[in-house]
Amino acid sequence: MLWFISRRVVQSVFVMLIVSAVAFALFTYVGNPVNQMVGQDATMERRAEIKEALGLNDSIWVQYSRFVARAAQGEFGLSLRSRISVSELIADRLPATLELVFVSAVISLILGIGAGIYTGIKRNSFLSRTILSSSLVGVSLPTFIIGIALIYLFAVQLRWLPSSGRAGTVPVIGVWETSLVTLEGWRSIILPAITLSLFQTTMILRLVRAEMLEVMQTDYIKFARARGLTERAINFTHALKNTLVPVITIIGINIGGLIGYSIITETVFQWPGTGLLFIQAVEFADVPVMAAYLCFVALVFVLVNLIVDILYVVIDPRIRVGAS
Amino acid sequence: MFARFLDNDIAYSFFRSPGAIVAGIITLAFMLMALFAPWLAPFDPFDPAQISLWDGKLPPAWVEGGQDQYLLGTDNQGRDMLSTMIYGGRLSIIIGLAAVFLGMTLGVTLGVISGYLGGWVDSVIMRVADVQFTIPGILLAILINGIARNLLPIDVREAYSIYVVIFAIGLSDWPQYARVTRGATLVEVQKEYVQAARVIGLPSWLIMLRHVMPNVLRPVLVLATIGLALAIISEATLSFLGQGVPPTTPSLGTLIRVGNEYLYSGLWWITFFPAIALVVLVFAVNMLGDWMRDALNPKLR
Repeated sequence: MLWFISRRVVQSVFVMLIVSAVAFALFTYVGNPVNQMVGQDATMERRAEIKEALGLNDSIWVQYSRFVARAAQGEFGLSLRSRISVSELIADRLPATLELVFVSAVISLILGIGAGIYTGIKRNSFLSRTILSSSLVGVSLPTFIIGIALIYLFAVQLRWLPSSGRAGTVPVIGVWETSLVTLEGWRSIILPAITLSLFQTTMILRLVRAEMLEVMQTDYIKFARARGLTERAINFTHALKNTLVPVITIIGINIGGLIGYSIITETVFQWPGTGLLFIQAVEFADVPVMAAYLCFVALVFVLVNLIVDILYVVIDPRIRVGAS
Repeated sequence: MFARFLDNDIAYSFFRSPGAIVAGIITLAFMLMALFAPWLAPFDPFDPAQISLWDGKLPPAWVEGGQDQYLLGTDNQGRDMLSTMIYGGRLSIIIGLAAVFLGMTLGVTLGVISGYLGGWVDSVIMRVADVQFTIPGILLAILINGIARNLLPIDVREAYSIYVVIFAIGLSDWPQYARVTRGATLVEVQKEYVQAARVIGLPSWLIMLRHVMPNVLRPVLVLATIGLALAIISEATLSFLGQGVPPTTPSLGTLIRVGNEYLYSGLWWITFFPAIALVVLVFAVNMLGDWMRDALNPKLR
């Protein structure tokens, strides 16, 4: 068990090192740090001085290790556009994104798992077929089109909900500024959260359904049938328990996808989160912000998957036996 | 030849599935439309002589104020919506196909090499794929696209934007092809025909190219079909975010982006028609991929 965890931790660190190497390459080859610090008319001597002061004459390995050391402390320098420290910018935008991702994850898990189980058990019912065909529509709908359609319907035509932005925030527990304690806050998060969750919902639905169908074919379910257990007992005590293990893996993948797609949702709804920050950074070639965002997304993904893998071992005894 | 094409299990399964037939017809129609766009479109949206700003923002022909020659209305620049959409759909399909081809070629090549050679080559390729999996595809495509644009000189940026988008999407989705191909290769390598080829002394690259590759392409085909739907969505998303092709040579995504600015003032047709076209196209391709996955998987039969 300990061996398994330590091996996974080493793997995660390895992944982060490669991602930071990509971020470092961005810094070194895309942006020219000297040009950003001096004016057009700076002399060659002045440029050489700054180059030396920034440590750009050191070997690439020394520069890279310095970059990693600073990145590990969350230090990515100043944004080229706003001249504010990148870590401060991201920390400022983080609550908005995390709240959006959290609400979307809850929506997609409840709807996805519920509908997945239903369509898995009653595979030939009319409702199942309807849900399944509409899930294919869900996969085919690009996130931004869902967003536009929801804005047009609920904000422009019906005028029930605000079309964009985040409602005013209230500080809770120290630094965390939330908009989820006011009615206005909930009204503004509903549309973006649904937009973001729809694609994930359909993915979860299809995975849970496939898993449910597979479990239904196994011998122990047939045996449970032969013993004359009620359908209810078979479905909920025997089948469901065993489909939920892979669902945990899905949550891990889900979170990564949600953060990735939050870029689009945040742009459509002008939601002031990290995704919107990233898109603006790409437009202005703001390399420090791009590099930091890349590292941030990879870190979240790696951490979530590390936790998921450990949970997996804790829950499923078969893996525990296999790993040790 | 044609009879032989029709006389196999996959064709049989296709003609037995009404959903697949409808999806196939729709996809074929879009492909033909892309191919024959200059002959089908009533106007040429790239010819300034045919565009008049006076005819801008006209609603569809059946709505009050619409004109008969512009069936689906006109956009903000006075271009006929139907013609612009036909050309836009063509661009979306070309970019999607090229991006899938790039990602597939890269992924299959690396996957076969990885599975056939094994050892440290395999480890390096698969670890790189693992790392790329930690970053969502669309984020990577935006990132590659943004960096490549910034590396290009400003005056050629618009001209090359199509190639940049293809490159970004293709490069962001090779790992899935590599993984599947590697798995299939590991199975093939154990088979006798590969061992026979080794025994008669064929070089490794020839065995990989001529013997292993044709036999691992079946699962890749399914992935590529679903991948085409995803690539078309990715292109539309990039263009919608203003990172893709410019409004002068619009794709469906660019049209939706432009139309979105006019949506709230009631000009719904500039967004609505391209959006419907995009969704129908992606849906048909997805459905085809869904059917193909079931048809090629003997376990489900």
